[in-house]
Amino acid sequence: MDVVNQLQRQFLDYSASLHREGFLDDQFTQLQKLQDENSPDFVVEVASLFFEDCEKLINNMARALEQQQGVDFKQVDASVHQLKGSSSSIGAMRVKNVCIAFRSFCEAQNREGCLRCLQQVTQEYSLLKNKLQTLFRLEQQILAAGGSVPTIE
Amino acid sequence: MDSCNCIEPQWPPDDLLMKYQYISDFFIALAYFSIPLELIYFVKKSAVFPYRWVLVQFGAFIVLCGATHLINLWTSTMHSRTVAMVMTTAKVFTAAVSCITALLLVHIIPDLLSVKTREMFLKNKAAELDREMGLIRTQEETGRHVRMLTHEIRSTLDRHTILKTTLVELGRTLALEECALWMPTRAGLELQLSYTLRQQNPVGYTVPIHLPVINQVFSSSHAVKISPNCPVASIHPSGKYTPGEVVAVRVPLLHLSDFQINDWPELSTKRYALMVLMLPLDSARQWRVHELELVEVVADQVAVALSHAAILEESMRARDLLMEQNVALDMARREAETAIRARNDFLAVMNHEMRTPMHAIIALSSLLQETELTPEQRLMVETILKSSNLLSTLINDVLDLSRLEDGSLQLDLGTFNLYAVFKEVLNLIKPIVSVKKLHVSLNLAPDLPEYAVGDEKRLMQTILNVVGNAVKFSKDGSISITAFVAKAELLRDSQTSEFFPVPGDNHFYLRVQVKDSGIGVSPQDIPKLFTKFAQTQSTATRNSGGTGLGLAICKRFVNLMEGHIWIESEGLGKGCTAIFMVKLGIPERLNEPELAFMPKVPPNHGPTAFPGLKVLVMDENGVSRKVTKGLLVHLGCDVTMVSSSEECLRVVSNEHKVVFMDACVPGMDGYEIAVRIHEKFTKRHERPIIVALTGNTDKVTKENCMRVGMDGVILKPVSLDKMRSVLSDLLEHRVLFEAI
Repeated sequence: MDVVNQLQRQFLDYSASLHREGFLDDQFTQLQKLQDENSPDFVVEVASLFFEDCEKLINNMARALEQQQGVDFKQVDASVHQLKGSSSSIGAMRVKNVCIAFRSFCEAQNREGCLRCLQQVTQEYSLLKNKLQTLFRLEQQILAAGGSVPTIE
Repeated sequence: MDSCNCIEPQWPPDDLLMKYQYISDFFIALAYFSIPLELIYFVKKSAVFPYRWVLVQFGAFIVLCGATHLINLWTSTMHSRTVAMVMTTAKVFTAAVSCITALLLVHIIPDLLSVKTREMFLKNKAAELDREMGLIRTQEETGRHVRMLTHEIRSTLDRHTILKTTLVELGRTLALEECALWMPTRAGLELQLSYTLRQQNPVGYTVPIHLPVINQVFSSSHAVKISPNCPVASIHPSGKYTPGEVVAVRVPLLHLSDFQINDWPELSTKRYALMVLMLPLDSARQWRVHELELVEVVADQVAVALSHAAILEESMRARDLLMEQNVALDMARREAETAIRARNDFLAVMNHEMRTPMHAIIALSSLLQETELTPEQRLMVETILKSSNLLSTLINDVLDLSRLEDGSLQLDLGTFNLYAVFKEVLNLIKPIVSVKKLHVSLNLAPDLPEYAVGDEKRLMQTILNVVGNAVKFSKDGSISITAFVAKAELLRDSQTSEFFPVPGDNHFYLRVQVKDSGIGVSPQDIPKLFTKFAQTQSTATRNSGGTGLGLAICKRFVNLMEGHIWIESEGLGKGCTAIFMVKLGIPERLNEPELAFMPKVPPNHGPTAFPGLKVLVMDENGVSRKVTKGLLVHLGCDVTMVSSSEECLRVVSNEHKVVFMDACVPGMDGYEIAVRIHEKFTKRHERPIIVALTGNTDKVTKENCMRVGMDGVILKPVSLDKMRSVLSDLLEHRVLFEAI
């Protein structure tokens, strides 16, 4: 019991820190609320989907921005838009904010700005991925210890 | 003396006489011996000869006689005693046999004679039988003829054929000279020559029916011989020939009504035709009994065949008549259908055409009222408005009534708040009541259920009409409205003799009484109140306006609600009470609301607020798609996911109640999809609710969404609570304009 409580407290603290640091926002809490007996791995699934999507989009954007001849800003914009949508769906606040900035650069057709944003996005994405993976591991540990994942109010 | 026993002859033996005697005796003996032989031979040959023993005797007799004669040959000369002995024996025997034979013959000869007479008798008999056989054969032949004749007659149902065949066959069978048929004329006073055998086209030869000879024939059912000189028989110019015998027989003309009696009645009032048959001229033939019988039988058969033909003619005529009537009926029905269709078309057109200008007039007049107007302009506009309102009511009433008349009106049943209806009515009449300074009181019985099942709109219309009438026809005083549940005793009201309400478990009878102290109605006018367009003639009512249709419509609504409405009044100036009872259903304890009419769900209602609600989600972005799906699944919806607009259009069906779509989808615009969905589902209730999920809710986006006909816009990301409230709002109101 003690182990479970400890783990649970750890989990809650970690979650709170993520929220505080702006990695996650309310939307993520909503997702966690959607997890129930019918879909026990809902959040994990959404997160994995998000990671896949992200990687794909980032690669697209990188390739598009590599083009020496002429950057297809429309395509980049489309990808950024997608990324923004995905990140706001999952509650990845920092990624979303970067996307917003990214979009304005795309509209302005500013290649440097776009590249800088892309770099930022990649960075934020990796950070988030790590953090979320830690969080999920904590969850597994709690479940393995026989406890239940506490819900965040 | 020598005792010589010889007897000496008298004459010498060598005389010629002696010789002749010898020869004769010899021949006699020969003959006598041969006769029995012949007899035996022939009798043996013949089969029938009863007296054989007589033959034997006779044979013996003859043989002995012959023997005697033979022996005589010897006795003419000298003969010995032996010969004499033999002779004597022979003679003795012969004598004996002869005597016996003679005695026997006395017995036998009469017998033989009688055989002869019998033979004679039999011959006569045979001749007679031959004659009779001939007769029978003739009769049988005539019988056959009759059958054939009858068959011929009965094989056709055509009157002319029957009669013609009769005459022809009769003529052939009986070898007639002439055969004629006289039919009674329509008036029944004359007999007209209708058919003859030989003459092809008989002239319209008539004979008065009351001749004695004709009466004689008609009064007997047998064929009667008549004189060839009587008028009916003198159809054939006989001239120099002596006419043959003539026979006449009556042919009863039977009618259908005659067949109701079991046996043929012998009525003299019946109509008869006359058949006249003439034997060939110059022949010695006589009418024989069997021929007359044949004629009678034929006449009867002809009568039957004729009546059959008559029946057939009747039925053919009846059938023709029926066909004509059928055709006429068909045409009338088609005309009626055309008329109904024309009327329906007219109503449909008028419904729309009349209301549209009316609405325009009323709307614009009210708008006009809002603007700056001089006092007289305002007055004019107010009059226009009032008149057009009246006209609009009139149109609605007339159209309603015609729909009620042809039975096409059906009640919109639903659960509604009964108390609210009454309150609404009060609110509506409040302005007029305050102007007229009337006092209105509403009394709702405590046991009146709050909710009831029925047609709320039409019930309100009825109550409003009744109360409105009360208000209209009262200059001052008070109006009281009472409503309560009709109890069993009250249901047996003397007023409601045709109305038999049946109390039951899931319905109750609402009884509403509206009593006013106005001008009242005179008793003789009460029945007219509910008839269309009839108004009481007093000037007071004239001034109050109205079409006179209100109560008629109310009555029909009340009837549709299986109730009854009536008015009681003491007389003019004594006010009147309008009472009506309608059947309303009792709603069930737990209201099972349909998905469309869901009450507002409080925020933390529960996990599955919308069980089984079919939803279509279109989003290109996998993550947000999954999140939206998760949200909706969590709320219990049945979610279908599509990732492209083409797929969306393909998959969307009228089973999906809501379509969530990402507004900015590359390729086909989200807006375009909305337009396409609108096109696909023309009826509003079939179309799913379209909601756009978008990241920005600026005015432009909102306007665009509105323009393409989306029902709502939601800002992403959507929280669970927000989704829940959005869905419940949408389903209740079918429109949600904004959810942030």
